[in-house]
Amino acid sequence: AEPLAFDKGPFGTTEPLTPKKDVTTYNNFYEFGTDKGDPASYAGKLKTSPWSVAIDGLVAKPATLALDDILKLAPLEERIYRLRCVEGWSMVIPWIGFPLSALLARVEPLGSAKFVAFETLVRPSEMPGQRGFFQPLDWPYREGLRLDEAMHPLTILAVGLYGETLPNQNGAPLRLVVPWKYGFKSIKSIVRVSLVERQPPTSWNMQNPREYGFYSNVNPAVDHPRWSQATERRIGEGGLFAPRRPTLPFNGYGEQVASLYAGMDLKTYF
Amino acid sequence: MTQPKASPRRAAQRAIGTFPRWPVYLVGALPGVWTFWLAVSDQLGADPVKTLEHMLGLWALRFLIASLAVTPLRRLGGPNLVRFRRALGLLTFFYACAHLLTWVVLDRGPDMAAILGDIVKRPYITLGMVTFAILVPLAWTSNARAIKRMGGAAWQRLHRWVYLAAVLAIAHYLLSLKSWTLEPLAYAAAVAALLLFRVFSSVRGNRPPKPVETG
Repeated sequence: AEPLAFDKGPFGTTEPLTPKKDVTTYNNFYEFGTDKGDPASYAGKLKTSPWSVAIDGLVAKPATLALDDILKLAPLEERIYRLRCVEGWSMVIPWIGFPLSALLARVEPLGSAKFVAFETLVRPSEMPGQRGFFQPLDWPYREGLRLDEAMHPLTILAVGLYGETLPNQNGAPLRLVVPWKYGFKSIKSIVRVSLVERQPPTSWNMQNPREYGFYSNVNPAVDHPRWSQATERRIGEGGLFAPRRPTLPFNGYGEQVASLYAGMDLKTYF
Repeated sequence: MTQPKASPRRAAQRAIGTFPRWPVYLVGALPGVWTFWLAVSDQLGADPVKTLEHMLGLWALRFLIASLAVTPLRRLGGPNLVRFRRALGLLTFFYACAHLLTWVVLDRGPDMAAILGDIVKRPYITLGMVTFAILVPLAWTSNARAIKRMGGAAWQRLHRWVYLAAVLAIAHYLLSLKSWTLEPLAYAAAVAALLLFRVFSSVRGNRPPKPVETG
């Protein structure tokens, strides 16, 4: 990981940061394996340079941008965000990135664009989780946001954490971070961004639509069908004997984002 | 033609017959003690509670599978390990207890309201609790006194409940996961194979000779 220059950004938290060791060794990145330790063990082989992102669909100026050009779109800021995994654990991570809106502005979305679809790299030669008989997800990994969610100032594309470029296991070189949604929405190692009219298919929703909704906003009042979402375990906070903590609606970002869902039944649109 | 008296097979079986049982308990407890040590010394990774809980549950399942493998192993011409089966069964129960305790005390708080809610509302937890409830009377009667008191037939009838416990344990495991990978499916296949063996051998009607000692 290389050092990055950045400014302090808004929306910070005073909560203690999750130790870097935990942030970089406890990952869900199924392209490298389903075990939490697999990404840290196997992601080293991934070549992240050169890297480019295709931005297409309902835009006035579709483009394939090299990473260097993407980095020139906006100044890098540090965003210290809570991350809540759908599995019931959480972290506090100092990301470095810039608002996704800066990238979208560059390609000029058309009026007909209502959603943004994202895709992760497919490269079985460097991603062992994409090889073999038994694979838990269809590749590429896909995610999506409504356009207003994508344009929200909290939504960033991250290129680093803890002051340095992203380790591969955390989604190098470019990943989404949407702090009020369960972690799996924050797609890693993005190669394609498409502006579309209809709600795009998303990986976990395709795998099990009953359990993983398109919205997947952090919500202690809506349980996962198989487990409660009322509480979470904060990783790195006292080890074996740390109590669980209550999960907050929208992961504590309700003040900023609750209005996006005014009038929606969040039990239906979970 | 008579069997040569000193066949290596017989010698091995004789050695098994005189081997003491206590080392099985001791060695069987080691992975649990070792995992707990890793947990308290902060060497179990970022989420030690989850890892400890998961490891203890997996060891319970492994010993359950091992105890179910004793009979097929003998019937398929392998060594007769039946004198160690009680140890394997009791180790299953000890690990199930540790697994449950870890969940109640370390994972859930212990927040009794949340725990009871989970048991009622979450099928995988309900299944886990039913599995545990089945293991309790099996462990309680895993001694010579209970066999004598109950009589061999009744005791054996009671202990056939282990087949249901194995199926429920697998269901509990699979339903707790976000996605099914090779490992849980391998355990499921092992249990399925061991139970199907019993189905087929009882259909064919060639029941084995009564074991010398059951556990």
